[in-house]
Amino acid sequence: MVIVSAQQKQKIRPQIFILWVAIASIIMMFAGLTSAYIVKSNQAGWQNLAMPQLFLISTIAIIGSSVTLQLAVSSFKKKAVAKFQQLLGITVLLGILFVVLQCFGFKQLWESGIQLKGVAGAGQFLYVIFGLHGLHVIGGIVALFVMLLKAFFGKSKIATNTPIEVMATYWHFVDFLWVYILLFFIWIQ
Amino acid sequence: MSNEATLNDHTTDTNHSEHSDVHHQQQSFVSKYIFSQDHKTIGKQFLITGIVWAIIGGLFSVLFRLQLGFPEQTFPILETFLGRWAKGGVIQPEFYYALVTIHGTVLVFFVLTAGLSGTFANLLIPLQIGARDMASPFLNMLSYWFFFLASVIMLSSLFVHTGPASGGWTIYPPLSALGQSGDGLKIGMDLWLISMAMFIVSSLLGGLNYIATILNMRTKGMSMTRLPLPMWAILFTSILGVLSFPVLLSGAILLLFDRNLGTSFYLSDIVIAGEILPNEGGSAILFQHLFWFLGHPEVYIILLPAMGMVSEILSVNSKKPIFGYMAMIGSMFAICSLGFLVWAHHMFVTGLNPFLGSVFVLLTLLIAVPSAIKVFNWLTTLWRGSIRFTPAMIFAIGFVSLFISGGLTGLFLGNSTIDIYLHDTKFVVAHFHIVMGVASMFGMFAGIYHWFPKMFGRYLNNTLGYIHFWGTIICAYLIFWPMHYEGLAGVPRRYLDLRGWHSFNQFEDLNKLISIVTIIVFAIQLMFVFNFFYSIFKGRKVRVQNPWGSNTLEWTTPINPGHGNWPGEIPEVHRWPYDYGKGGRSFIPQTEPFGADESKDH
Ligand code: HEM
Ligand SMILES: [Cu+2]
Repeated sequence: MVIVSAQQKQKIRPQIFILWVAIASIIMMFAGLTSAYIVKSNQAGWQNLAMPQLFLISTIAIIGSSVTLQLAVSSFKKKAVAKFQQLLGITVLLGILFVVLQCFGFKQLWESGIQLKGVAGAGQFLYVIFGLHGLHVIGGIVALFVMLLKAFFGKSKIATNTPIEVMATYWHFVDFLWVYILLFFIWIQ
Repeated sequence: MSNEATLNDHTTDTNHSEHSDVHHQQQSFVSKYIFSQDHKTIGKQFLITGIVWAIIGGLFSVLFRLQLGFPEQTFPILETFLGRWAKGGVIQPEFYYALVTIHGTVLVFFVLTAGLSGTFANLLIPLQIGARDMASPFLNMLSYWFFFLASVIMLSSLFVHTGPASGGWTIYPPLSALGQSGDGLKIGMDLWLISMAMFIVSSLLGGLNYIATILNMRTKGMSMTRLPLPMWAILFTSILGVLSFPVLLSGAILLLFDRNLGTSFYLSDIVIAGEILPNEGGSAILFQHLFWFLGHPEVYIILLPAMGMVSEILSVNSKKPIFGYMAMIGSMFAICSLGFLVWAHHMFVTGLNPFLGSVFVLLTLLIAVPSAIKVFNWLTTLWRGSIRFTPAMIFAIGFVSLFISGGLTGLFLGNSTIDIYLHDTKFVVAHFHIVMGVASMFGMFAGIYHWFPKMFGRYLNNTLGYIHFWGTIICAYLIFWPMHYEGLAGVPRRYLDLRGWHSFNQFEDLNKLISIVTIIVFAIQLMFVFNFFYSIFKGRKVRVQNPWGSNTLEWTTPINPGHGNWPGEIPEVHRWPYDYGKGGRSFIPQTEPFGADESKDH
C-alpha cells in the first residue's frame, strides 16, 4: 500500500496549501479568543453590550467586496484585463470602506460608554477581536493594493492564476471570519 | 564553511556518483550569508543564533545556582560585572527572578524550539525529501528574521533600567499583568511579550512552510511511507506549533491589553500597595488555560524533532532497520493528538473541578503508551545491532536513557493526587529538565554531530565529542537526580533562599554540589562551542560523499551542496530509508532500484 506521488504532478499548489494551513492557524487564534469569551461570559460581573447598527452595514461592504473579487478572478481567467483592473479597484475601495466603517463603529461604542478600562465584559473582547480581525483585513488590503499596482503598472504580465486565487481565498476567509465573529457576539451574550 | 557546490570527484558507494561540474553561483556576501533564501544557510543561521542563546541561558543558570548553592557567600566579581544587580556581591532577589525567567524562556523557546526545529527542519526537509528548496524560500527567510527580531528585543530587555521580565517563564497574571508588582514587571515584561509575539510569527511562518514542503514537494517515488522518521517528526511538530502557538498569541495580546489599557481579562478584585484597582470580573485562571494550551504541546514541539533524529541516528549506526517504522509514526501521531488534550495537568492545584481533573489524569497517563512504544522500538533497534559508537550515536543513546528516566517521573506527576503534593517543588524541576530540557539537548547534539559534515563539509572533533558526551550526561544526572529527593522532601521551586526552613538545612551540601557541577557542565558546553566553531574552519575535511553509510537522500548530494542541492536531476526514490543490513549489505540507499531477487518486505 504505497502511494507514490511524483513531484511533477502536484494535486494542490504549495502556495494555496500554505494559505490553508495559515487559515487553520488564524482560526485557532480566534477560537482561543472566542472560547475565552464564552468562559468569561458565565462569570459574575459580566457586562453585555448592544451591537451598533454600523457593524451590519460594514458586513454588507465586506460581503460585497468578496463578490467583486470573485468576479475579478473570473475576468482574470477570461483575460478581460480592463474588467479585471476595474473589479480589483472596487474590491480595494470596498475593503477600505469596511475598515473605515469599523472605526466609526468603535467610535460609536466608545462614546456610548463602552470603554476598555475597568470591569470585564463583552465590550473589551469586542475591541480586541474586531480589532485583530481588522488587522487581518488591512493586511489583505495591502496585498490587494500591491496586486492592483502590478495590474496597472507591472512590466511583466501576471502569468499564472495562483496569486489571484491565493488572494481571493484569503479575502473570502476574512469575510467569513467577520460573519462568524459578528454572529458570535450577537448570539452569545 | 563554504556553501558553493564543489566538484565531487570521489568514488562513492552510492550508484549516483556521476555529478557534472556545477557552475559557481555569483552571489553577493549579503544575499549568500545574510538575507539568504537557501534553506541550508537559514538552518545554519538558526543554529548559530540558538547557540548564542544557549550560552546566555546556560550562563544564567550558573548565576542563579551560585545563589542557590552558596546563599551566604559574597562574590565581589559579580558586582564588578553586574553592578547594582549584584550589590555587595550578592545576587539581588529581583535579579534572581529575572535570571530564572529569561533562562526558562530562552531555553524553551529560542534554543529548543527555534534552535532545534529551525535548524534541522530547514537543513533536512529539502535534502531528505528530495527538493531543491522549501515551498516558499521567502517566507522561510522571513521566519528567520522574525526570530532574529525577537532575539534583539529579548536581548534589549536585559539592558533596560528596571531589568528584564521576572514573572517566571509562564508569566502568570495577576503578577505579570501589573507593572506595580515589581521592577521586572514593568517595561521588561512588555518587551518579553512583544519579543514572544515576534517569535510566534516566526515559528508560524516556519511551520507553514515545513508542512507544505513535506506534503507537496517530495521527489518522485518518495511516498509518505518512505519518508525518513525525522521528516514525520518535523511534520507533527509543525502541526502542533501551527495550531497551538496562535492560542498563546491570543493570551499574550489580552495580557498586553490588561497591562497597558486597563482591561480586566485576567484581573479581579486586586489591592496592591494599598490601592484598590478598578478591575473586576477577570480570571487569572483563564490565562493559565490559554498558556498551557500551547505550553503542553510545546514540550512535544521540543521533543518530537529530537525523537525523529534519534530514530534515524540509532538505525544508521546500529546498521539495522528501525524497529516498528509504522508504530513509530503511529505513536508520534498519538502523542501529537493526545498532546492537545492534557494541558490542564499543569493546573491540578488551581481549584480545577476534581472530576475534570480525573479526565486529564487519564488522558495524561494514556500518553505513556505511545511513549513506551517508542522506547521499546529504540531499544529493539539497538538490540544485537553492530553498533558504531560515533559521538552522534552515543548522544542518541543518551537521549533514550534520559527520556526513560524523565518519563517515569512523569507518571508520578500525572496523577493529580500525587501532583498536589509535588506541584511547584524541585521534583517538577527535575522531571521537566531531564525529560524535556536535557533529553532534547541530547537529541540536538546528536543531530549536530551527525549532520555537521553535511552542513560544513568537515567533521567535529571526535575526542572532544566523547568528552562532551560523558561529561554532560554524568553532570546532568548529578544535577537533576538529587533534585527529585529535594522535591519529595518538599523543597519548593522558585525560592532563592532556603535558609529559613530548618528541615532543608540537610540539603546544604547537596545544593553546593549541584551548583559546582553546574559550573563544570557549563564549561563542557563551552568546549563544545569551541569544537563547533573551530571545526567549521579547521575540522577534518569530509572526503567521502556518504560518511556514515546512510540511506537517505541528503548523502547523495555533493559534499558541499550548492543552492538547489543536486547539480543534476533530483534523484528518484525506490525504497524506504531503512534497508540496513539487508541481504548481507550494510546499507542500501533509497535511490537504488529493487534487485530482481530482492524481497519487497519491510
Ligand atoms: C545547565 C543545565 C541547567 C541547569 C543547571 C538548570 C537549572 C535550573 C534551575 C535551578 C531552575 C530553577 C528552579 C527553581 O525555580 O527553583 C531552572 C528553571 C528552569 N529551567 Fe533550567 N537548567 C538547565 C538547563 C535547562 C534547559 C536545557 C532547559 C530547556 C528546556 C531549561 C528550562 C527551564 C525552565 C522552563 C525553567 C523554569 C523557569 C521558571 O520557573 O520560570 N533549563 N533551571
Ligand atoms: Cu504538560
